[in-house]
Amino acid sequence: MIWDWEYAIDVLPALAEASLVTLAATFWGFFFALIIGLVLALLRRSQIWLIRASTGFFVEFVRSTPLLVQLYLLYFGLPQIGITMTPFTVGVIGLAVHVGAYISEVYRAGLDNVPAGQLEAATALNFDSYRRMMFIILPQAIPPIIPALDNYLVLMFKDTSLLSAIAVVEMLQLAKILGSESFRFLEPMTIVGVFFIVMSLLAASGIRYVEARVGRGST
Amino acid sequence: MDNVLNYVPELIEATAITIQLTLAIIIVAFVAALVAGSARLSRWRIVRLVAGIYVEVFRGASALIILFWIYYALPFFGVSLDAYMAAVIGLGLNSGAYGAEIVRGAILAVPKGQYEAATALNFTSLQRLRYVILPQAIVMMMPPFGNKCVEILKATSLVSLITLTDLTARGKQLATITFQPIEVFLIVLVIYFVIASIISFVMRRLEAALARNVGRRVVA
Amino acid sequence: MATETPIADGEPIIRFDKVRKCFGDHNVLDQLDLVVTRGEKLAIIGPSGSGKSTILRILMTLEPIDGGVVEIAGEPLWHLRRNGSLVPADEKHLRRMRRHIGMVFQHFNLFPHMTALGNVTAALTHVLKMPKKEAEERGVQLLHRVGLADKLNSRPSQLSGGQQQRVAIARALAMRPSIMMFDEATSALDPELVGEVLNVMRDLAHEHDLTMVIVTHQMGFAGEICDRVSFIDSGRIVEEGPPDRVLKQPREQRTQSFLRAVLDS
Repeated sequence: MIWDWEYAIDVLPALAEASLVTLAATFWGFFFALIIGLVLALLRRSQIWLIRASTGFFVEFVRSTPLLVQLYLLYFGLPQIGITMTPFTVGVIGLAVHVGAYISEVYRAGLDNVPAGQLEAATALNFDSYRRMMFIILPQAIPPIIPALDNYLVLMFKDTSLLSAIAVVEMLQLAKILGSESFRFLEPMTIVGVFFIVMSLLAASGIRYVEARVGRGST
Repeated sequence: MDNVLNYVPELIEATAITIQLTLAIIIVAFVAALVAGSARLSRWRIVRLVAGIYVEVFRGASALIILFWIYYALPFFGVSLDAYMAAVIGLGLNSGAYGAEIVRGAILAVPKGQYEAATALNFTSLQRLRYVILPQAIVMMMPPFGNKCVEILKATSLVSLITLTDLTARGKQLATITFQPIEVFLIVLVIYFVIASIISFVMRRLEAALARNVGRRVVA
Repeated sequence: MATETPIADGEPIIRFDKVRKCFGDHNVLDQLDLVVTRGEKLAIIGPSGSGKSTILRILMTLEPIDGGVVEIAGEPLWHLRRNGSLVPADEKHLRRMRRHIGMVFQHFNLFPHMTALGNVTAALTHVLKMPKKEAEERGVQLLHRVGLADKLNSRPSQLSGGQQQRVAIARALAMRPSIMMFDEATSALDPELVGEVLNVMRDLAHEHDLTMVIVTHQMGFAGEICDRVSFIDSGRIVEEGPPDRVLKQPREQRTQSFLRAVLDS
């Protein structure tokens, strides 16, 4: 038999532990991506043309270039200007900026969908621009886009595997290490693959559940 | 910065590999998407099931995991692919699984009357798909496929992790040689950005041309 | 049911025998019996939701039946005879049976990515495997017949509704069916475009051998070209007979009130 159960069970605990790194990177990456995305979306609505344009270009640039190269730029580039961080931190920043650029487009759609009359009403009530955004616009813009954001959580989860390229020992990196030690890649790689597929499927059904509950009325 | 610019020709050379891979993967992904997307709507349950499993597996695992699995684990089943083939097949099937959902959505968006008219004219279900449904569905697929092509370009960077010397791999080597990673990787990113912009432009043109062919008016 | 002996000099080409069709709990057709003879021109009228379109869709094999038997030219449409009993038909049988029938839809359903001529010839070349040249000859001739000789290379999007429907009629005729069905063929048209489509249908009605089944709201037109009118309500034939009789002196109360409502509007 090709598949070695004994070896598979042997490597399972270590991979399970590494899955915590994967999940932690997903969580923190997504947390910061939500913030970065919002900031980018707000900057794109700035009254200053230059800020709008450069933010737009930045988002487009990040979205059309590979995450792997962006990670390399941070990982190898930051020390060049004297900033040193753990690979995990660099990875989380890279993920957050990359996915944050995508998420900013989702926010943008949500913001655009708030009727112009709301802004006018808030202005008529003499809200300043910060309070207008905080108390009138965002509370209306964000709930409808929550289902769309979930998809980016799944995207983020899958993208964490790229952290293996900058020496973060998440699941895939560990599988590679284990494989090169034992010359058996099949079992660790397959376990990682199955873990990702199962998690993606779980997340997808979770999203369907959320959409069914929040959904309909929000579109 | 000066000495980094000297390396630009080398980066451009590696870009050829990246472009070549992108095109090969787009073709594999397009075929896989059409077949799997249509199969998901088949009359036969078993065909739907197989296509469904393909889509879930190849979408569920990340592109890099699929790439590594094909490159490192598949040889244990006696199938050894060189890095180039592993990249084209692995990334092609991964993108194809996403594409299958686009195809499925587009096919479902073709009005029911078109199916009925084709049935009334006694087309077989395969003829109906080929001559009536797909030509109309393809127009609807084009905008999301355009985005997908840029995603494929980005995904080719992963091949550097299975020993291929594409733009990303060459950039990484040069960054080490020159000790100027920021400059090198910025140039690499700009090259990717330029290619992505060209892809978007071409796809939009193609989109408009196809839409005209179906007799729809397009807002350009 | 008020029926006089139908104009049954010809052989029956369509026969519904206790046909039942339901959508969920709703019985659209309820033990429906219907016979159409070869060459007959039948109009089916009735309120919306009465099941009249369903009759056409069943004949076109777009909707399966839930009970009873439908026969075309003496052969069961939805069943195969096997060892003396009836078993559900397979796709091969349905494809063989569909050759008898052509259908014109309310919303035309032209293929938007083909020219008018392409629409007419598509099934000839792909389904009948006719050589392209021969198919185009037939297509040109038919488009000529429906008055669109100058629109051969126009896309559906460049044609008016009336022109599109005439292409759709030519497309169905190209397959040389022995039964032509029209499912509210003029309902989606602007009033000024109805006439040109009715003219084509009127012209077809002169073909002695062609059986026509027309679902319509155009009572005058139905009376003019049809041999028989069937009034359907709640999935059953309430009343049928020669148009002059059914449309002008309906016997059933439901027919009377339906006709009154239609004529008032």
